[in-house]
Amino acid sequence: MSENNVLLDVKNLRLSFFTPGGEVQSLRDVSFQLREGEVLGIVGESGSGKSVSAFSIMKLTPYPGKVIGGSIEFNGHTITELSEKEMRKIRGNEVSIIFQDPMTSLNPVYTIGNQICEVILLHTDANKAQAKKRAIELLTLVGINEPEKRLKQYPHELSGGMRQRVMIAIALACEPKLLIADEPTTALDVTIQAQILELMMELKEKIGMSIIMITHDLGVVSTMCDKIAVMYGGKIVEYGTADDIFYHSKHEYTKGLLKSIPRLDAVEHEKLVPIEGTPVDVMNPPAGCPFAPRCNSCMKICLRQMPEYTDISDTHYSACWLIQKEAFEGGN
Amino acid sequence: MARYIVKRVSYALLTLFLVSTITFWLMYLVPGGPFLSEKAKSEATMAALEEKYGLDQPKIVQYKNYLVNLLHGDLGVSTKQRGRSVNDIIADGFPVSAKIGGTAILVAILIGIPLGSIAALNRGKWIDHLIIVLSTTGIAIPSFIVATLLMYVFSVQNNLLPTYWRGDFKSMILPVISLAFYPSAYIARLIRSSILDVLGQDYMTTARAKGLSQFVRLFKHALRNAILPVVTYLGPAIAGILAGSFVVEKILTIPGLGGAFISSITSRDYPLIMGTAVFFATLLIVLNVIVDIAYKIIDPRIKLN
Repeated sequence: MSENNVLLDVKNLRLSFFTPGGEVQSLRDVSFQLREGEVLGIVGESGSGKSVSAFSIMKLTPYPGKVIGGSIEFNGHTITELSEKEMRKIRGNEVSIIFQDPMTSLNPVYTIGNQICEVILLHTDANKAQAKKRAIELLTLVGINEPEKRLKQYPHELSGGMRQRVMIAIALACEPKLLIADEPTTALDVTIQAQILELMMELKEKIGMSIIMITHDLGVVSTMCDKIAVMYGGKIVEYGTADDIFYHSKHEYTKGLLKSIPRLDAVEHEKLVPIEGTPVDVMNPPAGCPFAPRCNSCMKICLRQMPEYTDISDTHYSACWLIQKEAFEGGN
Repeated sequence: MARYIVKRVSYALLTLFLVSTITFWLMYLVPGGPFLSEKAKSEATMAALEEKYGLDQPKIVQYKNYLVNLLHGDLGVSTKQRGRSVNDIIADGFPVSAKIGGTAILVAILIGIPLGSIAALNRGKWIDHLIIVLSTTGIAIPSFIVATLLMYVFSVQNNLLPTYWRGDFKSMILPVISLAFYPSAYIARLIRSSILDVLGQDYMTTARAKGLSQFVRLFKHALRNAILPVVTYLGPAIAGILAGSFVVEKILTIPGLGGAFISSITSRDYPLIMGTAVFFATLLIVLNVIVDIAYKIIDPRIKLN
């Protein structure tokens, strides 16, 4: 996997929302890389910055959010320096996104066919007949039966799962290099969730694209993702392969997350352990580790100074003072 | 669709029946009568007049006669404008009012929708504030002030436009502006808030994520969703404006229906009161059906019936 080219390189990305109440620092020095064909999972709680980082790759950050530092390199473009007009050629073409709620993501007043063909006509030289043909192919590809009939239907005539399949068809219409999935299954039934995830993995193989999977569902990332970034308070606190994160987690927040999910192999009557406390105040982020106030192993230094990233292995790094402490004590 | 039409027509007939019934009885509850305002007449003259117009009969018989005539499309003869049938008065006045009103509505749509869209797209910037101030002013200033001011500037001071109705294009300008003033401002405000609402919807983010230009996003994706409140407003607004504005017609001496509407009440012209009320109700009902059908065309989620 590692010999593949780097498709996406995010470096020290800083992004803030300038609200009337003050500056909300959503991303504080976020860096990560994604190679071709890789699946990256970004996990974290609400407000941790996971969706914002994904949106910023497409320059879709909602008002009044603004990138104030760092750079994003994608497929040979420096996204952070592109104009809106240049960005339009990339969106829906080289990088696509699917959203959390398929019920509201499609325009209710246009047919499915219209909404799929629209993006094909925009980014390719296809004429209307060719676009329609391609739309039928796409609907078949995402597992929708009677595609020709569906083209003439409106979003409200389809179920949630079907609509998310249509969203995926729209996203894949121009065979993008990167698909961003922003909690694509959160609003769906459990059985449909599995189907949609399976479909995404299948299509990834067929098209050979990379995927960024944003979710708070650790179960989803464990099966799908090559790499996982755990975000907290606008920072990536731990990064590694699924194995690294699930079996060798180093950051206290990651450990807390893992303890708070139900497991099949758990001892009977074992209770789930919630993470106590409230999320970090992004208006006034603490000087030290953002997780320190909720951390059971918090030390004095954690409150004062942000820990640097420590490499645990080639694929695994984390920002936690405990790792440095262990290393120091182990070294002695 | 056929079922829908049958249903709407029967509802319309019921509404018209209720409107005419209520208007008829309310009308007689108001003191006075059509022949009392003029100089004293002898009792014999009064009796002769009342007999001529059928006012000597019991109210319930008058009511029955009225409904029967109405079913034949006969609205009776005006008691004030001697010798003219109510049908004629409406047939003369309505085309004038409708011509001015229809143009005014068109102007209001052509001004209101772009203004509101521009404001919404530039939310919080100076152009947005300017449009908000303009549209609030437009809503706050009554049409008679607009009409008077326009007349003063364009007719009295500069002698560019006529102060009265001559039936030509030039004499349409002042009434059309006066009438379009309020609806343009109202439509601009409606469409502004409606577009702002739509711009926050998920499907607008989808449209942006597809790489569509702002122009396509606004005209294809946002406007069709945002226009519904305007359509709702336009139904009754068009009926009101087509039927003529008493104030504007009075100031600019236009022989439209708006004048007939009001003067029929002050002069207790019973047949004309009934005629204009029934006519206006019909107009309103027809326009509401058109609005419903327009809704269905714009938003496929809406089901008729």
